[in-house]
Amino acid sequence: MLNYGLWHLPPRQGAFMDEYGILAQGLGKQFDDFWAVRDVHLQVPYGEVLALLGPNGAGKTTTLRMLTAVLTPSRGRAWVAGHSVRHQPQQVRAAVGVLTEQHGLYKRMTAEEYLYFFGRLYGLDEPVLSQRVEKWLRFFDLWPHRQRRVGGYSKGMRQKLALARALMHEPRVLLLDEPTSAMDPASAYRVRAAIRELRSSERAIVVCTHNLTEAEQIADRIAILHQGRIAAVGSPEELKARLGPPEFEVVLGRALNGTLPDLPAFVEVTHVGPDRFRFRWTRGRSGQLNPLLLQGLLAQGWPVLTLAPVPRSLEQVYLEVVGHDDA
Amino acid sequence: MTTLEARALPGQRLRAYAATRLARWRQRWQAFRAWMRPVLLIAQREVQDQRRDWRILTPLLGLTLFFPLLANFTARRMVAYMERFDAVLIAERLYPFLLLVVGFFPISISLVVALESFAGERERGTIEPLLAAPLSDAQLYVGKLLAVLLLPLAGSYLGLLSYAGTMIWRAGWRPDPLLIFVVWLLSTVQALVMVSGAVVVSTQATSVRGANLLASAIIIPVALLLQWESVLIFWRQFDVLWTVVAGLVVVSVLLVRMGLAHFNREGLLGRDLDLLDLRWAWRTYWHAFTGGATNLKEWYRGPVRESLRALRKPIVLAALLALAAFGLGAAWVARYPWPEFQLDPERVQMLRAQGATEMTAWGPLTNLGSWEGWLGLWWHNLRAMLLLAFLGLFSFGVAGLLYLMVPFAILGGGLILAQRVLGLGPGWYLLGFVLPHGSVEIPAILIFGGAVMRLGASLATPARGQTLGAFWLHALGEWTRVMVGVVVPLLAVAAALEAYVSPRVAQWVLLRLLGGG
Repeated sequence: MLNYGLWHLPPRQGAFMDEYGILAQGLGKQFDDFWAVRDVHLQVPYGEVLALLGPNGAGKTTTLRMLTAVLTPSRGRAWVAGHSVRHQPQQVRAAVGVLTEQHGLYKRMTAEEYLYFFGRLYGLDEPVLSQRVEKWLRFFDLWPHRQRRVGGYSKGMRQKLALARALMHEPRVLLLDEPTSAMDPASAYRVRAAIRELRSSERAIVVCTHNLTEAEQIADRIAILHQGRIAAVGSPEELKARLGPPEFEVVLGRALNGTLPDLPAFVEVTHVGPDRFRFRWTRGRSGQLNPLLLQGLLAQGWPVLTLAPVPRSLEQVYLEVVGHDDA
Repeated sequence: MTTLEARALPGQRLRAYAATRLARWRQRWQAFRAWMRPVLLIAQREVQDQRRDWRILTPLLGLTLFFPLLANFTARRMVAYMERFDAVLIAERLYPFLLLVVGFFPISISLVVALESFAGERERGTIEPLLAAPLSDAQLYVGKLLAVLLLPLAGSYLGLLSYAGTMIWRAGWRPDPLLIFVVWLLSTVQALVMVSGAVVVSTQATSVRGANLLASAIIIPVALLLQWESVLIFWRQFDVLWTVVAGLVVVSVLLVRMGLAHFNREGLLGRDLDLLDLRWAWRTYWHAFTGGATNLKEWYRGPVRESLRALRKPIVLAALLALAAFGLGAAWVARYPWPEFQLDPERVQMLRAQGATEMTAWGPLTNLGSWEGWLGLWWHNLRAMLLLAFLGLFSFGVAGLLYLMVPFAILGGGLILAQRVLGLGPGWYLLGFVLPHGSVEIPAILIFGGAVMRLGASLATPARGQTLGAFWLHALGEWTRVMVGVVVPLLAVAAALEAYVSPRVAQWVLLRLLGGG
């Protein structure tokens, strides 16, 4: 979780500046009378992939745009790759790679021309530029199509080219907004695989997505943004722990017929089926108590087929955090 | 360092000095080149994009290659026809007129491309990666500006060359090289004005459609300008074309400055709707006008005083300009000898007889000592100021302010005239004819001048995160605050003085001068 004590340190002193790709404190953005982002605290160390989840209008894209210094925060402060987004916007922009929600490709250019153009804009020298163009086009399997106009590319190819553009200057911070949105499963899989490959100890990556499975697959930590605030943050396991004590399901060898077995005092039954019931322990550790429960059931003559934890999904966490209506 | 000092220096010191200067220039040149690198990259990419778009290239090629030939053919046929009636003069004027047209037509394409520059990229979603690149606002803006200018300008130059070349070669036209040069300059600055205006529109519009709809703000003034230029050419007022070039250079510089000042990355990404929100507009304006005050006393003590304080510098500048205009007026009138002039002795006798109280009987002062006279004077001054404010809005405050200086120049001229004709000293002139109402009217004019200057300049001032609309409404609110709170009441007082007091004082001075009273 967040270490708020961190913010009392002078911002450019201490080792944490070298450890964190992104540090944001109380970031907020107001458009006219509307606060799109209210109070975002984030810290993303190098080597970590953070997924930013949230319903439409939660402020994900606005947060990302503030972190790329395209939007100036109305309040709060943030450092990206060691530069202040408020006071050093150009350095921030030079240090981050951005995949925008709309890929923003020039359709009359070839893939090669496009990457050369952006590489030069980022100040890459010609020999390095040629190497990088080849490297990233090969990485995304676009090398054979480099002379084709981008207008003729498929959606997946375009997204990969946009990713290649974001990586041309090999940024230490990578901000990806909906990298697999509206892509077919095969293309999305390839892009996800690419993101996993891009993870390194040298790079901090933030991925904005609506896709919970994707977030779980590629992210080390997940932050759920709701109504302009970070409503929950942690690893997928930590977030799932928010749902309370784990739930277990007992499947019996015969029907319950409306009568439950005698259960210990600290068992809370959450669901009853024809031949099964779900429960959770209100006290104690399930690892120690489950064998005792099993013994008790068998002693009462109930044929127990299985006793297993009920799998929890990130979706449940998400719905709990943002509420069913908002979701 | 003067040349003499440099000569006095030993050779070594001189060389060191030269080397330092050279190094500094080299450094500046390097910095400029580094700054221009992304600018040229953006321009290059855009030009490449335009070259690949047949919808831009086809009309451009047509206007560059075909149209000059057509103009050439038309001119020669027309001249041949006119010669039958010995109307050589028309032919003489037709050649440069068509040169102007041939130079202008390819430029019209630049308007289409420029209107699309930012709004189109925004619509296609290609603007965000550019905005996220390490470029300053100025680099992005200048890059776009160059890009939309280059191809149409190249077309225009080719057209001019082709038309002038064939006319000289085939029709034996022998134009004044300066005329060719001024038309070439006109084409260039017209393109610059149109493009810089269109890019401003493009940065502020939410869509290409919106930008096209707003383009009338450029097309109408440019169309009028072209008509005026044509008239100048047919009247053979070629010298005036130089003034037009100078004026257009100033306007294009101001437009580029305005575009840069209001270039807003957030606006480019954030604005989605073109709705006319009158309630919001009124609220923004009213808030700026009242400054949050709830009653008149509070309004005068707070926002109005604050506005006047903010106008200190523009008012001082307006006062300096007024002084300069006064001096220029006096100097200009002093250049010319004036005929001896005497007041009609019979009229003077009549005036003496009627006495100072019956001034209204005297022709020039008829209707003044009445409330209609007061109202008429007040409304006249107010109307003139509103017109100047309107002019100021379209010229970044410059035209409004310059016209405002005309009365001061007339006053300056009047000073010399009064001395020459009536033998009136400057003190009597000011006391008798200027100060009675001018003591109130002149401050009102200067405050108005400062406010107009500020209103006009606000268009070329960074909007600090506001949209151009909000910023402009705010500036307009502050301007009307000064007008309603200070200028209009002062003008009313000045008109009352001018109607009731000034004529009496003027009459008294005249009577003293004529040895009566």
